[in-house]
Amino acid sequence: MTTLATAPVHTTAPARTVVRPGIVPAPGAKQWVPACDVHRLVPGRGVAVLLPGGAQAALFLLPNGMIYAVDNLDPYAGAAVLSRGLTGDRGGEPTVASPLLKQVFSLRTGAALDDEATTLPTYAVRVQHGIVHIGLSLP
Amino acid sequence: MTTTTENHNGTDTRTVVVVGHGMVGHRFVEALRSRDTESTWKVVVLSEEAEAAYDRVGLSSYVGAWDRGALALAGNTYAEDALVDLRLGTRAETVDRVARTVTTSAGDVIAYDSLVLATGSYPFVPPVPGHDSTGCFVYRTLDDLDGIRAAAEVAHERARAEGREANGLVVGGGLLGLEAANALRLLGLTPHVVEFAPRLMPLQVDEGGGAVLEGLISNLGVQVHTGAGTSSISPQDDGRLAVELSDGTALLTDLVVFSAGVRPSDAVARDAGLDVGERGGVVTDLACRTSDENVWAVGEVAAVEGRCYGLVAPGYTMAEVVADRLLGGAATFPGADLSTKLKLLGVDVASFGDAMATTPGALEIVHTDATKGTYAKVVVSDDARTLLGGILVGDASAYTTLKAYVGREVPGDPGALVSPAGIDDSALGSALPDDAVICSCNNVTKGSICGAIAEGACDLAAIKGCTSAGTTCGGCLPTVKKLLVDSGVELSKALCEHFEQSRAELFEIVASTGIRTFSGLIARYGTGTGCEICKPTVASILASTSSDHILDGEQAALQDSNDHFLANIQKNGTYSVVPRMPGGEVTAEQLITIGQIAQDFGLYVKVTGGQRIDLFGARVEQLPAIWQRLVDVGMESGQAYGKSLRTVKSCVGSTWCRYGVQDSVGMAVDLEHRYRGLRSPHKLKFGVSGCARECAEARGKDVGVIATDKGWNLYVCGNGGQTPAHARLLASDLDDETLVRYIDRFLVFYVRTADRLQRTAPWLDSLEGGLDHLKAVVCDDSLGIAADLEATMARHVDGYQDEWKAVLDDPEKLARFVSFVNAPEEADPTVAFDESGPRKVPVMLGMPSTNRPE
Repeated sequence: MTTLATAPVHTTAPARTVVRPGIVPAPGAKQWVPACDVHRLVPGRGVAVLLPGGAQAALFLLPNGMIYAVDNLDPYAGAAVLSRGLTGDRGGEPTVASPLLKQVFSLRTGAALDDEATTLPTYAVRVQHGIVHIGLSLP
Repeated sequence: MTTTTENHNGTDTRTVVVVGHGMVGHRFVEALRSRDTESTWKVVVLSEEAEAAYDRVGLSSYVGAWDRGALALAGNTYAEDALVDLRLGTRAETVDRVARTVTTSAGDVIAYDSLVLATGSYPFVPPVPGHDSTGCFVYRTLDDLDGIRAAAEVAHERARAEGREANGLVVGGGLLGLEAANALRLLGLTPHVVEFAPRLMPLQVDEGGGAVLEGLISNLGVQVHTGAGTSSISPQDDGRLAVELSDGTALLTDLVVFSAGVRPSDAVARDAGLDVGERGGVVTDLACRTSDENVWAVGEVAAVEGRCYGLVAPGYTMAEVVADRLLGGAATFPGADLSTKLKLLGVDVASFGDAMATTPGALEIVHTDATKGTYAKVVVSDDARTLLGGILVGDASAYTTLKAYVGREVPGDPGALVSPAGIDDSALGSALPDDAVICSCNNVTKGSICGAIAEGACDLAAIKGCTSAGTTCGGCLPTVKKLLVDSGVELSKALCEHFEQSRAELFEIVASTGIRTFSGLIARYGTGTGCEICKPTVASILASTSSDHILDGEQAALQDSNDHFLANIQKNGTYSVVPRMPGGEVTAEQLITIGQIAQDFGLYVKVTGGQRIDLFGARVEQLPAIWQRLVDVGMESGQAYGKSLRTVKSCVGSTWCRYGVQDSVGMAVDLEHRYRGLRSPHKLKFGVSGCARECAEARGKDVGVIATDKGWNLYVCGNGGQTPAHARLLASDLDDETLVRYIDRFLVFYVRTADRLQRTAPWLDSLEGGLDHLKAVVCDDSLGIAADLEATMARHVDGYQDEWKAVLDDPEKLARFVSFVNAPEEADPTVAFDESGPRKVPVMLGMPSTNRPE
């Protein structure tokens, strides 16, 4: 229950603290792919977006207004289903759960929250004139 | 030139012009007037705001009361003082230092002997594209808050019309930003805070304190985004703003409030050619005198020896210094103590002395209590004897004492300063030694489990998470549970991290409060935004208690993928389709249609254990077309995807069978029609057998009905599956009507009181009083609730509608059945099948085809 030390220490964060590793979509120039009208998104649910080159993004609007995009491919099942998962939060971190075997991923970083070894690619998003766009890093 | 006027004492008076009537400007006037007993100075005060000086530090308290008078500083109009001329709504446009005059926005030219600049600061608005859009505000004045209030009202109307929550974004997670977030919260908006630094209040607290602060603030419903900047703001057609954040995410918000710091309002001084600091502010000496001997600067606009102070206390000191100087004194600014203690959204934050431990060799002592949400740090000198500073988050009650020790030698162990009194390390009840291995699969000792409990793991899931104990075979879990209980932890019935209540308790809450939305329920009875556990549970409760379509409104977002697409998801992301065949009956026309659909869409066909047909391999966008054809031949959803009634299996019964004693098919069809669509804690299976030979395997079902010479025997709480259970006899020799009445009562009682995903057999095991109690409730109405249970079921039966037909009739619901939102005609290219073997099988991405040799 207590952490006492008499030297410079690193303290552990409390349970509901949001830990923020710096995994964010790669910076730099983007190709912006129009996905859909923002009103098409149901708060709390996702849609799949077909990207040039055949990749798929799972695009989510949360009830609080945040918009996130991660890869649609469930790395555990090998099926493109994450857009159909349930969203929510774990300790404040926005999440989506795979509809197949319920593994939970951070929508912000793409990290699988119970498996340090697995991370989904994430995509940048923006909204312009009511249209949501997905950002692809240009080579 | 010196302007002089005669006063009533007959002596000369000089004129001081004060530019700015904020807290510090007012303090200066008060200080000068109270000390100038000879009335040697006449004061002209120019206030750009129409409001006389008010308590800007307490600006947030304006929200809610909306009473400007309550914030007014005492004596701020100088009504009784003939020597003070307060001009509200009047800005100083230019200063002529040679002529010693100020030209006001009203066009007046006022001559001065001394000029005091108390113009304060203006909010810094980062130059992001769209920062000047309608709906963007700053947080500085009463007028700003009135503007935010009006925008919040518009936002609420808009959000209500669209059936969502209204929200607001605060740019800046410092002290003022969190004040602004609280204001938005009080206005009923969900606040988001974006802070560029990796933590909240980066100037006051360190990383550890910031983490605790963020946790506490998040628990209050504030959505915190640290380490992110605002890249652009673009207004949308519906009046909302789309905000792009630098971490690649985006946000739709109703309004934006900038509180990303302030800048000194030094424009007039710059134009007048006074020296200004590199980062702004009018440079003064320690007497607060600017580069012009007749011009002084106080408060946030002053850069005393180049340094600006953003707190009110140093500003007050400067005001006193200048008042003293004008009366011939020699006061100097002594520097300021930047220690702060404040309550933000009810959370204590304090920071004092060398809070960031910048002194060479400084040592830090930290105490964090994750369960209480507190963080305490003291910084001591390298010999651990002198207190240098510290940070307190969550509980700042020690602030006063600790601050008193800054710079002094600490008596005794400095660690005691932050350690809570009475730490109890008494041994746990169990006699096992600490090195005893509890979980042999993962080699976890009692010591590490108890350590995890001590660090705040308060349920099995948490212990599993941090020690791995019980994650393999689970055999040690009873022992782990005992260690938890021995340590005084009460085992939680909580549904998940968002609801402390069990499913049964939530059911009662929904039934008694009439709350019909998840957002309403979690706002009042839970925390956070929900998850894959509580959302479907609440969706099921809402469905059990009404006949609304499960994809109506907000409910659509709660449904598990299966319920959302009204089909069963399979391993490759395709779905299976199961039309209802009550009692296993099907017409020739229906059977032909099913065959044609299977042929046309290339579906794999299998007969299920529940006497119906499953069609596998349909893609999302094919589901509506398939269902249109099924509905056209009179078939309806089989709810194979739902936690609900699946099938009523039957034998052929007395109509055809020479042994049959009752019409089991007729009863099965009636029961399936009665209970179809009923949402429950887990799936429900029925069976009806026409004689004691039990060909329908009714005793392996949740509800089993077996014919007797005199009527029906009713068995309940059986299942197959991982832990098979035979159904138990609830009542014998019932007539048709009594049988249905008892099943009504049994089902509703189960739906109301069972845990999430608890089938009827374990439910009966957990029921206090067991089968006897169940018999008493269902057959003897021992609780007096039978009529209510029957009425609930009657409402379900009357309100039943076919979920698939309702979707086909609703273009908006239908629009969701696409693989890709941006390519509705496109089939998912990752879905592939191998049909070379004896049966069609899905081919998984990146995996070899599963073509097995015969």
